[in-house]
Amino acid sequence: MGIKREILTSVVAVLVLTLLLGVAYPLAITGIGQIAFPGNANGQLVYRHGRLVGSDLIGQSFATPVIDPRTGRIQTHDGIPVTTPDPRYFQTRPSGTTPPDNAAATTFANYGPNSRITERAIAANIRAYISLNGPYYPGGLTAARVPVDAADTSASGIDPDISIANADIQAHRVATVRHLPLAEVLRLVRTYTGGRGLGFVGNRTVNVLELNLALDRVSGGNR
Amino acid sequence: MTFTGWLTIFGFAVILTALAMPLGSYMAAVYSGRRTFADRVLGVPERFLYRVLRVDPTQGQDWKAYGRSVILFSLAGWLLLYLILRTQTLWSFTGLNPQGFHSAPWDVTFNTTSSYVTNTNWQYYGGETTMSYFSQMAGLTVQNFVSAATGIAVAVALIRGIVGRSGRSLGNFWQDLVRTVLYVLLPISVVFSLVLISQGTIQTLSTYVTAHGLTGLSQVIALGPVASQEAIKLLGTNGGGFFNVNSAHPFENPTGFTNLVEMLLVLVIPAALVFTYGRMTGSRRQGYAIYTTMMLMFLGAAIVAYVAEAHGSPAQHAAGLHTGVIAGSSGGNMEGKDQRFGIAGSALFDVVTTVTSCGAVNSALESFTGIGGAVPFANLSASEVIFGGVGTGLYSILLYVLLAVFIGGLMVGRTPEYLGKKIEAREIKLTALGILVTPLAALFCTAMAVASSAGRQSISAVAAGGPQAFSETFYAYLSQANNNGSAFAGYTGFVQPVAGNVGSHGITFADLLGGLDMLFARFAPILFALAVAGSLAGKRVSPAGLGTMRTDNPTFVVLLIGVIVLVGALTFFPALLLGPIVQGLTGRLY
Repeated sequence: MGIKREILTSVVAVLVLTLLLGVAYPLAITGIGQIAFPGNANGQLVYRHGRLVGSDLIGQSFATPVIDPRTGRIQTHDGIPVTTPDPRYFQTRPSGTTPPDNAAATTFANYGPNSRITERAIAANIRAYISLNGPYYPGGLTAARVPVDAADTSASGIDPDISIANADIQAHRVATVRHLPLAEVLRLVRTYTGGRGLGFVGNRTVNVLELNLALDRVSGGNR
Repeated sequence: MTFTGWLTIFGFAVILTALAMPLGSYMAAVYSGRRTFADRVLGVPERFLYRVLRVDPTQGQDWKAYGRSVILFSLAGWLLLYLILRTQTLWSFTGLNPQGFHSAPWDVTFNTTSSYVTNTNWQYYGGETTMSYFSQMAGLTVQNFVSAATGIAVAVALIRGIVGRSGRSLGNFWQDLVRTVLYVLLPISVVFSLVLISQGTIQTLSTYVTAHGLTGLSQVIALGPVASQEAIKLLGTNGGGFFNVNSAHPFENPTGFTNLVEMLLVLVIPAALVFTYGRMTGSRRQGYAIYTTMMLMFLGAAIVAYVAEAHGSPAQHAAGLHTGVIAGSSGGNMEGKDQRFGIAGSALFDVVTTVTSCGAVNSALESFTGIGGAVPFANLSASEVIFGGVGTGLYSILLYVLLAVFIGGLMVGRTPEYLGKKIEAREIKLTALGILVTPLAALFCTAMAVASSAGRQSISAVAAGGPQAFSETFYAYLSQANNNGSAFAGYTGFVQPVAGNVGSHGITFADLLGGLDMLFARFAPILFALAVAGSLAGKRVSPAGLGTMRTDNPTFVVLLIGVIVLVGALTFFPALLLGPIVQGLTGRLY
């Protein structure tokens, strides 16, 4: 083939393959996916009383904005509302996004393994976890008893799950604050604990949004 | 460490082998022009494509013509992708830019375009804040397919050169391209994008939604046509995530099971191609020898990474955390890892994507422990020959095989031969060049970046000072040179204050250096591999004698591993010492 013909072939090949692979293929998959698995294809969105409250797959922050007692307005820090964990809800893992659990701009925290910045971040997460859960936990909590997933930042920043150990500790607080028997809260934790893929891949996890929604059904939510 | 963790690693190796063997035979049929069960369905579109492209698939190309087709096709792809990405707003009429994103700056787009065309998928941008659905579909997805197909085509051409009995033809690039897309990549992608959707990966064209959470906080949730891109991103060892956090994002990788499926998708073609090679050379044992080499090195890497990550990091221990296994938690270094994958699923995923040129990540590599993070470094230092990228892995390891044959020949004092063909000065020169250009590009670019203040702008704030800063810089250029695309993600070439690219700017130095790094380290080895193929194609085959060194037995496997490790260690050891090894050997914090 001459060079001109070859250039033409290259250009035509790129255009034709763009139509096939860049337009026809994704649109076909979208069509089939929307028909065969509409819930999954749209992100397993969860509605309550007709209102979108989140996605089963996307971790969200179960915190409430802090009101400045002087101004009566929501406190902000660098333009981001300051929040405090709502003790009635199970809490998701620490997040590296801004603000936490930002599902429109995900990012890793990129904390290095030998960095003082990392140590300080983990230590702060441990303190927050202990101050939130320690008072309700029989015998109190120490750093060594905090499960790693409660102190380490997640990868996605929107991890929807926590470990069973983490959920079991938080269950004491949630039961006390909601005036529910501990056994009942633990039973809900078990209900929303997922198994491993094929029985052996990945961790067993507790889905926080599903668990909190179930709690609200049992003992009444915010609104 | 847990029993299920070990089962994940070894079970994965078994499932992979079981899938790769039949796929390898099928691909051998596809590239030998033999009939396959798919012909009846795919023969029609195949012949239609040849007519549209006006190519005669039976017309053989010598290595120069084959190389020219590769370069021209890649260049055309580069130009169209750059155009699409830079005119992102123009395509809003398709309805596929629901967030109204503007284009990324020219330097970032240069980097991104080079990245996708070279099968690297290095990303300075975050998908959900930068790319419209149109750009992701018509731009990036297309290159995911065709850059992978190009790599496979080159590998097949090299095989034909090695086994060629007469003449100079390495086959026809256009035929190899079309058949790879139609017979291999597209069918598997269709099936597995649907499998992923059935498990929770999303596929929608709707705009981002706003949820109002249980405590009243609102949350914007980014969506998109993810599954169709996810399947080929892994299958083609591309690795560019739809979202910024790549396969850590629950919409890309929703469960522990999909994590397993995704890892299999990454490795299945690189592993199958080794069996294809055995079939096409007429000696399956040659394929088994190479497969054994790869699998041993792969398992070694996975075991080291798993043990290191399960142990936990110095920063965790300094903060007082207990990182052992307790009831209800598998412990370990969960910093930068998602709960559903766990330690084993994260460590294995990152080994899978760094031995190949995939570079997708499901956890933050930068947060891996020193030793756990040294594993991706070591994998990249072995120049992507442990399975490697689709096609690139096979043609790269074949260069190492030739080098091992040469060194073995020197040791026993005979003219080195491979599959009956004499390996002479010309082939060894080309092989050595083909092997050395990638490390050269990586080290040169790293040196430029750490020695200049323009390069140091890219270092992240959390890494400032200490060995982590060196690690992330070195990793950036090593990853780009190897066309891998995984990152110690703190290193940046794009400053984006708000989503949608308004007011954003690139860090030109890092963008251009990285872009050139990728282009050079992609196309120079391709040309060297094709030149070796051309040189071998014309050689006569002499029958194996008593003195012929066998290349299909355990001795050769050991020799091959030795050569790969030696070349990697000699080129990279000094640089590795300054970064990950310092981080791994000390419990000190910086």
